Amino acid sequence: MSVSVLDPGVAAPADNAILRRRRRELLLGALLLVPLGALPFLVSDVYTQNLIITTVLFAGLSQAWNILGGYCGQISLGHALYMGIGAYVSTMLFTRAGVPPTVGMFAAAAVAGAVALLVGWPCFRLSGHYYAIATVVVGEIGYLLFLNWEWVGAASGIYIPLGADSVVNLQFRTSKLPFHFVVLAFAAVAWVAAWLIEGSRWGFAWRAVRDDVTAARSLAVRVFPSKMAAAAISGGLTGMGGAIYAQYVGYIDPDSVLAGHWSILIALPAVLGGVGTLWGPLLGAAVLIPVSELTRSYLGGSGQGVDLMIYGGLIVVVALARPAGLVSLFGVKGRA
Amino acid sequence: MQLRSVTKTFGGVAANVDISFDVMQGEILGLIGPNGAGKTSLFNSISGEVSPDKGTIHLEGQQINGTGPLACARAGVARTFQVVRSFDSMTVLENVMVGAFSRTARPREAMRAAQDVLAFAGLDARADAPAHQLTPPEKRRLEIARALATQPRVLLLDEMLTGLTPTEAAGGVALIRAVRDKGITVVMVEHVMEVLLPLVDRAVVLNLGRVLMQGTPAEVVRNPDVIRAYLGDKYAA
Amino acid sequence: MSWDLLAQSLVSGLLMGLIYALVAAGLSLIFGLMDVVNFAHGEMMMLAMYAAVLIFGTLGLDPLLQLPLVCAGMFALGWGVYRGVIARALGVRFNRGMVQIFATFGLAIFIRGAAQFAFGGDFRSVSGTVLSGKTVSFLGVFVPLPQLAASIVCLLAFAGLLLVGRTEFGRALEATREDRDAVALIGIDRDRIFAMGWGLGAATVGVAGVMLISFYYVSPNVGANFALIAYVTVALGGFGSILGALVAGVVIGEVEALTAFVLEPSLKQIGMFAVYLAVLMIRPRGLFGRL
Repeated sequence: MSVSVLDPGVAAPADNAILRRRRRELLLGALLLVPLGALPFLVSDVYTQNLIITTVLFAGLSQAWNILGGYCGQISLGHALYMGIGAYVSTMLFTRAGVPPTVGMFAAAAVAGAVALLVGWPCFRLSGHYYAIATVVVGEIGYLLFLNWEWVGAASGIYIPLGADSVVNLQFRTSKLPFHFVVLAFAAVAWVAAWLIEGSRWGFAWRAVRDDVTAARSLAVRVFPSKMAAAAISGGLTGMGGAIYAQYVGYIDPDSVLAGHWSILIALPAVLGGVGTLWGPLLGAAVLIPVSELTRSYLGGSGQGVDLMIYGGLIVVVALARPAGLVSLFGVKGRA
Repeated sequence: MQLRSVTKTFGGVAANVDISFDVMQGEILGLIGPNGAGKTSLFNSISGEVSPDKGTIHLEGQQINGTGPLACARAGVARTFQVVRSFDSMTVLENVMVGAFSRTARPREAMRAAQDVLAFAGLDARADAPAHQLTPPEKRRLEIARALATQPRVLLLDEMLTGLTPTEAAGGVALIRAVRDKGITVVMVEHVMEVLLPLVDRAVVLNLGRVLMQGTPAEVVRNPDVIRAYLGDKYAA
Repeated sequence: MSWDLLAQSLVSGLLMGLIYALVAAGLSLIFGLMDVVNFAHGEMMMLAMYAAVLIFGTLGLDPLLQLPLVCAGMFALGWGVYRGVIARALGVRFNRGMVQIFATFGLAIFIRGAAQFAFGGDFRSVSGTVLSGKTVSFLGVFVPLPQLAASIVCLLAFAGLLLVGRTEFGRALEATREDRDAVALIGIDRDRIFAMGWGLGAATVGVAGVMLISFYYVSPNVGANFALIAYVTVALGGFGSILGALVAGVVIGEVEALTAFVLEPSLKQIGMFAVYLAVLMIRPRGLFGRL
């Protein structure tokens, strides 16, 4: 963060702890890309590849959630709505209009972001628990609507026809490798968005209001416009992730992208990892997704329910033992 | 700033009754009076936290009464609080940056501006310290610094100098003088007369919600009504 | 428009609404007491339902007769959950709101898994109780006795809750609700009150659960369905208001029935959600909410 080339009139700020921390975070983020980028080449079995792709995708999705839920403090428990909208928009554009998903995912993000604005505008005046439940309800409404909407396939969903391998169409039948890089890019974008917002005027405004709303108001801190912006960014990114997910799985229906448990899967990594932190969603995803996948694969079949017991138990234990999230194990202080 | 007939009642108790006085640009005005005279509630009316029932408050021609804390802050009113309200999850620099962000949206500018204000307030050595770790006098400087970062026209200080050692108080007085020298008008509520009277240009005395008198410190000290108000109230500070 | 069918819908909506109301009441009670939304509420009801099914299967006890037994068990469960999980969650200094949500949420998943493990995922129902299969006809409307009995019991439970409010315990509950920090000064053991509040909330939802088995299929996921409706009901009525839970429950029940009647059954939940959102826009704290 050196001298701004855009504004030579203003002297650059003197070095301080904030700038140093920001540089460290950026460096660490960049460094992380190396092993994550190399990982797929070291792993050959499809199951593990799938696990890694899912983990990275949800790290990105959770980071997107974190922008609204962690930094801005609006805990949305119905975020699957945006994932689903993104998935459907991109898929419909692809299957009905031939628009490649590489383009469609941006349309998906735009629509999801717009819906997030629509939802946020009335809901942000609700406090705490009322807001959380309203988001659950909105998510459920979305689920029910899509379930009964014939034009998008209702309960049957939409199959994405497999064509030839194509980067533009985000279809890779022969190898999962390219998807690694797609989700990695997505997660990186979400991470950078969070990093930018954390250091921005909005990030400061949200933390000030959370610490002392009277003092914040006396300093002319306005929160509503920034909340709307956070909702749009968070919803939009989640929608983009949904579009990617749709292409990866090749089939979507309300149960696979809009159902309530996806909302939890999006929010949980951030909460367990550490809300309002840059690394929380990544850490949380790295722990939660493998645990849930592995317990489901090895225990879900015969030991019916044991996987849920482990999963649920883990959530309770982490929530109580490490309320600031798993990042607190590494000394990272929560900013929420 | 002009206050005219400002009146505020809280649930049957008249906190401010028909308060009128002017604040001259660039002066340090003291607002004094026994406990319960209505000083803090008057501050709350000026800073927008509370809306007066009657009366008007104008700042540089613009009416600010009843517009709310955000509008008053943007109009140029900054304040400190009697009980320090620091953002405890943030460092000193970050605290001041919150104030600086009211004038710019760019983090780099806000950071630079905040650093300048911290240097002015003598806190730059503690810029990276967590706000909750400051000593009480340092916390008060932080409050002032944070308020100054909003580039106000008027700074309202609510008992900034109460409970300080003589050395700390002297430092506070020097800071307040420096603030005025920058062209910012200061209105201070204070109980510690020995510190206040040498500092202010004029004083307004409140008693039981009304303006008792206003004048120079010398006039205030000699006024028999003022003396009666203070000595007659057994619980005066 | 068939008036008969409409009347039928309205009546069954009312009956179901009373049950929703009772489930919501337990939730509202706990929230009013200590600001915690119990996201495991539905799962606790599910446990009560399984217990009732098992007791019926092994001992042949009619659900109505089981009530004291299951309620006592549920009270103990609520107490235990408080002591084991919630007390710890309340003691957290950081992020308390989210810790509570996700601690109870994790508990819900755990209980659901445990039920799946213990009872398998298939549906169970109970037949052959004293009232099953019987209906009563009233002004041309057929009211199945199990549902009628369930709603009457729920109404009685509400009356019971109001009575409890008049006992010394009830007054202690109210005092703790008003000012949970000051009650220690008048000799009320806040921790004990909280535990008993949880017990009461769990027992309340246990009543609803036991009565439901006569006409509702039991499966590990049944809690989740009821839970969402319960949260909506509580939020609609206003967190912390028992009366609000009653009114909101009936409203939700009727809206659900009417939506199923006017639109179609698969969309019945949308109606209640829409009503819920509409009310919240006008009254962000619910109909009777004061917290």
